Amino acid sequence: MSDVIGNAESRPDVVKISRRDLLKTMGLAGGFVLSASVVPTGVRAMIARARRDRLEPSVYVAFDEEGTMHAYVHRVEMGQGSQTGLTQILADEAEADWDRIHVVPTYGDRKFGNQNTDGSTSIRQFYDAFRTAGATARHMFEEAAAARWGVDRDQVEARNHEVHNRATGATLDYADLVDAAAALEVPAPEAVRLKTREEHRYIGHPVTNLYSEQFATGTSIFAQDVRRDGMAYAVAARPPDVGGALAGYDRAAAMAVEGVIDVIELPTMTPGWGFQPLGGVAVVAENTWAAIKGREALAPTFTPGPNAGYDTAEYEQTLWRSIDAGGSETYARGDVEGTLASSARRISSDYFIPHQHHMPMEPPAATAEWDGDRLSIWTCCQDPQAVQRTVAPYVGVEAEDIYVEATLLGGAFGRKSKPDFAVEAAVLAKEMGRPVKMVWTRDDDVRHGFYHAISAQRVEVGLDANGRVQAWDHRAAYPSLMEAASGRPTDAATSFEVGLVMQQPLTVPNLRIRSGDAPAHVRIGWLRSVTSIQHAFAVGSMIDEIAAETGRRPDEVWFDLFGSTRPPGAAADAQEPDGTDAARLEGVFRRVVQMSEYGRELPDRTGIGLAAWRSFGSFTAAALEVHVTEDGDVRVPRAWTAIDCGLAVAPDRARAQMEGAIVFGLSIALRSELTASNGAVVQSNFDSYEVCRVTDAPDVQVAIFENEHALGGVGEPGVPPVAPALASGIYAAVGTRIRRLPIGDQLRT
Amino acid sequence: MPEYSFRLNGETTRVEAPEDMPLLWVLRDLLGLTGTKYGCGEAVCGSCTVHVDGRPVRSCTRRVSGVEGRDVTTIEGLSPDGLNALQRAWIAEDVPQCGYCQSGQIMAAAALLDSSPDPSDEEIDRALARNVCRCGTYQRIRAAIHRAAEEGGR
Repeated sequence: MSDVIGNAESRPDVVKISRRDLLKTMGLAGGFVLSASVVPTGVRAMIARARRDRLEPSVYVAFDEEGTMHAYVHRVEMGQGSQTGLTQILADEAEADWDRIHVVPTYGDRKFGNQNTDGSTSIRQFYDAFRTAGATARHMFEEAAAARWGVDRDQVEARNHEVHNRATGATLDYADLVDAAAALEVPAPEAVRLKTREEHRYIGHPVTNLYSEQFATGTSIFAQDVRRDGMAYAVAARPPDVGGALAGYDRAAAMAVEGVIDVIELPTMTPGWGFQPLGGVAVVAENTWAAIKGREALAPTFTPGPNAGYDTAEYEQTLWRSIDAGGSETYARGDVEGTLASSARRISSDYFIPHQHHMPMEPPAATAEWDGDRLSIWTCCQDPQAVQRTVAPYVGVEAEDIYVEATLLGGAFGRKSKPDFAVEAAVLAKEMGRPVKMVWTRDDDVRHGFYHAISAQRVEVGLDANGRVQAWDHRAAYPSLMEAASGRPTDAATSFEVGLVMQQPLTVPNLRIRSGDAPAHVRIGWLRSVTSIQHAFAVGSMIDEIAAETGRRPDEVWFDLFGSTRPPGAAADAQEPDGTDAARLEGVFRRVVQMSEYGRELPDRTGIGLAAWRSFGSFTAAALEVHVTEDGDVRVPRAWTAIDCGLAVAPDRARAQMEGAIVFGLSIALRSELTASNGAVVQSNFDSYEVCRVTDAPDVQVAIFENEHALGGVGEPGVPPVAPALASGIYAAVGTRIRRLPIGDQLRT
Repeated sequence: MPEYSFRLNGETTRVEAPEDMPLLWVLRDLLGLTGTKYGCGEAVCGSCTVHVDGRPVRSCTRRVSGVEGRDVTTIEGLSPDGLNALQRAWIAEDVPQCGYCQSGQIMAAAALLDSSPDPSDEEIDRALARNVCRCGTYQRIRAAIHRAAEEGGR
């Protein structure tokens, strides 16, 4: 195994990449690369938006002289399986042999289009582009072979890295056709035939994760594992409160630690936080341990900033006052107030979820190296282009001139969309004149994150005499993620964030959503499934409460809301009048009802909870079998979950995401809570910020739907139904209503 | 700086390091073996699990001075000749998602199989309760250990 990864000398010219440049990076004289015309209109538009004046071709696939397919998978791998899935798409349409594929390390370049690996978008946004790219390569190999044999193109067929001559039975390997294919005009996308779903042999079929063998042998390279010749290691002390400033530190004490090379102040944060680093001071050393010891010796002091008073217990009261005040309306249909006033029955409940943290197993890290004025960065980023953009102003280099390579990410869940750590590495490497690896320790990760919003919600429903929901009044107050997303502070959750309630295909004729003031005092970010976490909890819990209050079975109330028992002519979801989405949500819900044999006899203190949710273009449901022990411990021995994402390109990776989503959701529901006091995060490691362990993990069965609908996301949609299903299962088991997460020891006796 | 000597993946290894440097950083930074991962630094996540004299140990809190003269095995040395049954089972079940905690999970599982060749789910849960996987691959970890056990251990 090589001791050094990356190769700055042979890096591609990231400004303008020509076919020759790309071939050079592969160490090749020949070979061919597909260019402009493989980009379908949607992606072209996306690139154009990002780069109005300099529309560049995208390049996703190339073949070298040995016939090896090089897959330029531009989305990063953080466990969600997208790199395997995108490679499946290319390889399938290219008729490539799975053993003759090389996946090129992901680097940032706008020519690829959007690289932000976020929002469960990688497969669904690039399915068409990658199919077209692969199919174009197949088309060109077929054309080259047909010309060689002097036959019509329809006389030949590509299969598994070979082109077959139907008439003679002769075959030509792609390696023998590369030169000829490279000389051909790239066909227009319309001229390229895509395979049918029946013809697909990788798409929709389980393929082993590209990286499984590396993981099983410890040879995979994450950002924390990057090593460069002459590299130094840095660890930093940052202000405990966001906006606090470095006041002083004991440089001499840190320098006295064996192995410490230098102590360097980091750039100060300015208003409009965005992805800026937090400031503070770094200790640079010959190894990580010396840097950690140096930091311990620093004894830094900080001047409190405007958020130094942040206390989450007090802030919760602020949120409830904000709810009491009403908030501003972000969506309304029908007449909520009037319908509530005339309802046969009204139910109101409050729901609360504290800040959550991503807690990826790999704390953030980045390695930066300067060669003259050229900067290269290897880091665990969800968006290498965001690294380019974020780092550039700090180092006086054009964004697109920075080579940013995304290593494997040891988990991310949204945290690694925000590359503050890469800025720190770049600044320190410049100052030091040698490569620097910026290592975030676990306590850095927990104390200096971009947290999921602390949230309060009040839901009031009005029911008719038959217990049907006529009005739904939804109030939410939580700090917005928009400051991180756009650098522009906003004092309340936006319609984009609270609108998820509206997007559920549920039969609610009168609906109002309001968002209350909630200024942010820590950095707010997006965490796997984002605001669906709190909204699915409130909506799913309220549906279960309606069942309890009206003495009906919860599944019947859900079926009512999907519209399957809707009287003819009654209002469907206003967003989606044809009922397709409601039917899809009902479909996955019905499946988990069946899988869990809902309604069966259960042991004492045991219940099944159900919930469903639409998010990221997909429809998911979960059923959890919940047992509450006499001591008040919550156990989930079994879980059933279903997803309708149209088509799972990588079905085993999709299954894995759904299994993992149950555990991720259980962490939020059972254990995880991040609090702040005096502006500083209280927790620091896995012993204080708890996540589920193997002892919490249920046996999960997954159902994956396949149909002709547009592709939906897979990485995030499994999470939202978990917490409401758990709370409902607890109610079914012991009759205690959970309205506040995490459950922790709420049920302890 | 003191020098320490121990067997690492079967080979005698000498390293100069401060007495209090955890084995984790000796392995990763001084010896370049990055298969052993840093996750918490406080022995609360299990990502850095290695074997010392055949027993699972958190290398992030075990000082290098504490392994003097001992036998240390990391993920890189778990199976010197190709994949062992446990690693094959891990791939067959396609356990890892992000992969970061998996070296530690596999080292903990290997130690379990050494002491209990056909463990129950409860034994697995007990043995691996201190190894966190944020992706939530636990169900497949159990399946892979059972599969390896059926194929004769590791």
